[in-house]
Amino acid sequence: MRHTLIALMEDKPGVLSRVASLFRRRNFNIESLTVGHSETPGISRMTIVVSGDDAVVEQVSKQLYKLINVTKVVDVTQEPAMFRELALIKVHAPGTTRGEIMQLVDIFRAKTVDVASDSLTIEITGQEDKIDSLISLLRPFGIKEMVRTGRVAMVRGGTANGSRAGRNA
Amino acid sequence: MKLTGAQMVWESLVREGVDTVFGISGGKVLALYHALPDYPIHHVLMRHEQGAAHAADGYARASGKVGVCVATSGPGATNLVTGIATAMMDSSPVVAITGQVPVPLIGKDAFQEVDITGITQPVTKHNYLVTDVRDLPVVLREAFYIARTGRPGPVLVDVPQDVQAASAEYDYPPEPSLSGYRPTVVGNPRQVSQAAQAINGARCPLILAGRGVIISGAEAELRELAERAEIPVVTTLLGIGSLPESHRLSLGMGGMHGEAYANLAIQECDVLINVGSRFDDRLTGTLSTFAPKAAIIHIDIDPAEIGKNVTNVLPIVGDSRAVLTSLLAQVQPAQHPDWLARIAQWRAQSAERDILNQPPTGLAPQYVMHALSEATGGQAIMVSDVGQNQMWEAQYYVHNRPHGLISSGGLGTMGFALPAAIGAQSACPEAQVWVTVGDGGIQMNIQELATIVQEKLPIKIALLNNGFLGMVRQWQELFYSRRYSGTPLLGPDFAKLADAYGLLGIRVTAHEEVKEAIRQAIAHPGPVLLDFRIAQEENVYPMVEPGAALHEMRRRPSRNPSQNTTDNMVEEVGK
Repeated sequence: MRHTLIALMEDKPGVLSRVASLFRRRNFNIESLTVGHSETPGISRMTIVVSGDDAVVEQVSKQLYKLINVTKVVDVTQEPAMFRELALIKVHAPGTTRGEIMQLVDIFRAKTVDVASDSLTIEITGQEDKIDSLISLLRPFGIKEMVRTGRVAMVRGGTANGSRAGRNA
Repeated sequence: MKLTGAQMVWESLVREGVDTVFGISGGKVLALYHALPDYPIHHVLMRHEQGAAHAADGYARASGKVGVCVATSGPGATNLVTGIATAMMDSSPVVAITGQVPVPLIGKDAFQEVDITGITQPVTKHNYLVTDVRDLPVVLREAFYIARTGRPGPVLVDVPQDVQAASAEYDYPPEPSLSGYRPTVVGNPRQVSQAAQAINGARCPLILAGRGVIISGAEAELRELAERAEIPVVTTLLGIGSLPESHRLSLGMGGMHGEAYANLAIQECDVLINVGSRFDDRLTGTLSTFAPKAAIIHIDIDPAEIGKNVTNVLPIVGDSRAVLTSLLAQVQPAQHPDWLARIAQWRAQSAERDILNQPPTGLAPQYVMHALSEATGGQAIMVSDVGQNQMWEAQYYVHNRPHGLISSGGLGTMGFALPAAIGAQSACPEAQVWVTVGDGGIQMNIQELATIVQEKLPIKIALLNNGFLGMVRQWQELFYSRRYSGTPLLGPDFAKLADAYGLLGIRVTAHEEVKEAIRQAIAHPGPVLLDFRIAQEENVYPMVEPGAALHEMRRRPSRNPSQNTTDNMVEEVGK
């Protein structure tokens, strides 16, 4: 099963490499990992999607905690949380197919962010399955280039970072 | 006060209570070594940086304090890596200080530059590259704090040459408060009560004591728990010494080469109390068949150890001593005569087989260890290497001293013993320190014989010399059709070599010479190497083969007792 973990860590040199090295060393199967600033200066926020049973995910969480720079780890898989991903898709679009592609963009509430003579670049934000379906619909037109950010997550409601702390067993 | 970076390093070490460091100088630690003579710190000049790391580790294990090693950049730093990894696997508090090329040259592939913080990331508890001299006091304070607290481990601090030379105001920082590092010391009261209840209701309880007991200094609490509720104690290799092995409740070491009665106790117990062991694979054998009848209580300061190997446990995260203290408040006095009688019966069967364990010809390594145990009353600090010598030492030496066995359990680093003994003897000058090592392992760090002599350390070395990489040979004999590929080993005349280095070297080839040689070694005021020419193809038994359950061990082979004309070892052994 896929789990989504949120980890907060001090923004120190090498911290990303520590996390990446840990996943490789412990043979954890990471599907995606995104990192950026959090609301607190000096603290980075990482969203990690990991596949495995509960025991594996518990180990991921505990091993992350052992890194001195990691200050908090939360498994939000079972929480009411918002999951989002952003993708930029550059699709082959000569005059003949352009209208059809624009229609798909509308239906998916995506955005056209760049127009060239033979291509369109589309920006879409949403859950992975929504992005997956747009991609599969665009593929027949010819996808020239694509980038996806990986999942970011936030728990709904008042409490920050969800309620389930994973510190101890 | 204003200090250079180099001075800050030594000033901080002095304030952390460090009086001895192990290291080798070099181009990028010149400033550091230039400042050293102004501080009350004894520098032990090792002959290889690997030795420096092992010595710091040995110092830490013998004293319970943080051990410190120093090396220059590049090859000096990479040579530390095996020693750092060894300390990491066995939770030993070590601080490694390395020189680095000047900050502007970092990343330029400068002479003797290596990314040592990158290299050691997976084998340190934490590490630092200091690029501003003003950070140095805080970093050093944190390094020692992280190394010795919680689950101890090695911390590396990489100090570039220009940072050593730069000056800044020095204030000794207060005890660090790290938001990402707050070890749990006290056990959860609800879990402690549940554990106490399980122990009070047990009919066949067993304690498994690991190195966590020794690290936290919980020997007295462990003994109190064992005695009050009459619970026998099996230890891991690194848990040896947590209860004196001559204690009536001690079953010695369990696992791959544990005695049959210790392993049978694990398989038959109904409550297993693991105090400070991480359920290493050499202890558990096949996990699916491990302790099948037991409710398992797992006490560990590292939450990540709980559920990692053995699942479905009652967990208590905390320091062994703190948790045992809270457990003791709720554990009732009890007696388990039937359970102890069963174990005694298994034990009697095992002792019967000991007498058959003499090799048909040649000197028995088991007898050497037994004689050593008798001669030192189990009170020496034993520093064992890795392989057959390590297992015979663990089986036949009756350890009665806390911190009485120092060995590379997790990483299994051959070449560990000689330099680690230098650290142990430096930490405990009054103790009798013995090295047990094979002819393979001693040659992996034999250069440290010179350090022993230069430091005038009265270390005694029991070399079990069989002309093979013995444990590998044993596996080839048992599992690889006796094809001795890459294991026969030609060594020098070790007694002469010892003599050349300035140690007393004695060759021992016969059973009758063993006791006298040991007596001579102990009587000699300086360092001694005893070259025991043991039977070449002697094996370590019992043995739990890979993939087998603990109770399915290969026992000691029967040998015809009529051939056994040597000593009546049996009566004496009965450990």
